[in-house]
Amino acid sequence: MIEITRQAIDPQPVTASVRRDSNGAVVTFLGVTRRHSMGKAVLYLEYEAYEPMALKELAKIGREVGSRWGLQDVAIVHRVGRLEIEDVSLVVAVASPHRREAFEACQYVVDRIKETVPIWKKEVFEDGAVWVGCQSHEPSGAGARSAEDRPVPASQASGD
Amino acid sequence: MKVTVRFFALYRERAGTARGCFTLSPGATLGQLVETVRGRYPDLAPPHVEVVAAVNTEYAEAGVVLQDGDEVALIPPVSGGGRPGPPAFAGRDH
Repeated sequence: MIEITRQAIDPQPVTASVRRDSNGAVVTFLGVTRRHSMGKAVLYLEYEAYEPMALKELAKIGREVGSRWGLQDVAIVHRVGRLEIEDVSLVVAVASPHRREAFEACQYVVDRIKETVPIWKKEVFEDGAVWVGCQSHEPSGAGARSAEDRPVPASQASGD
Repeated sequence: MKVTVRFFALYRERAGTARGCFTLSPGATLGQLVETVRGRYPDLAPPHVEVVAAVNTEYAEAGVVLQDGDEVALIPPVSGGGRPGPPAFAGRDH
C-alpha cells in the first residue's frame, strides 16, 4: 500500500495491510502535526506534493527496504492539503519475521521520505509562514542526485 | 521544441505561477533550461544555490538532453531538509 491522500488517515488498515502469518513484528509510525515549531505556535500546516513523482519515490523506498532487509511488507500513506494540529500526516507500517528488522526498516523509511520524496510542508503561524527545510538547507554544491540504482560505496554514502 | 516547467511549494510562490512553457533549441540540456528559468524568475533561488530538477518525474542531472514535450519539475528542498541523495546505507549497520 503506497498512497497519497487528501483525507484523514486511519492507521489501522495501513497496519493491517502488512500483516501476515510469517511476520512476528509489525512497527507502525505516525507522523503527527505538532503545536509548536521554532518556539512559535503553529496554526495549521499545508502539505503539497508532486504526486506522480512522489508515488514513484515512495515505491523506490519500498524497494530499498527489500534490498537492504529482504522485507516486502511495507506500507506508506502520506496526507497532503491542510492539516490541523494533531492530525496524522504520515503513516508507515513495516512487518518482518523478527522485531529488529521491522524497527530499523521503519525508521529508514521515515528518514528517507524526508530526503527524496517531493512533498513539502508549510508551517503557518499567526505572523507568517515558512516552508520547512528551506531556511538553512537550500541545496548547494554541484550535480543533481545520482540515479537510484547506481552503486554507492559505503564510505561515500551521505548520512544526515 | 517546447517543454513544460512546473514549480512547487517555495518555488511556486517565488515564481508566482505553478507552471510555465519554455521554447528551447534542439539539443538543449536540463542545465540550460534551468538557467533560462532562473533568468526569467530571478528570485527563484539565491545565485549560489543549486536548483534540483526532475525530468518526467525522475531526478535528473544538468547534462540530460531534453526532448520536445518533456515535463521538468523544479524541486525545492523537501520537508525534512537536506538534498536528495542515493540510498543512505552507510552507518546503519546492525
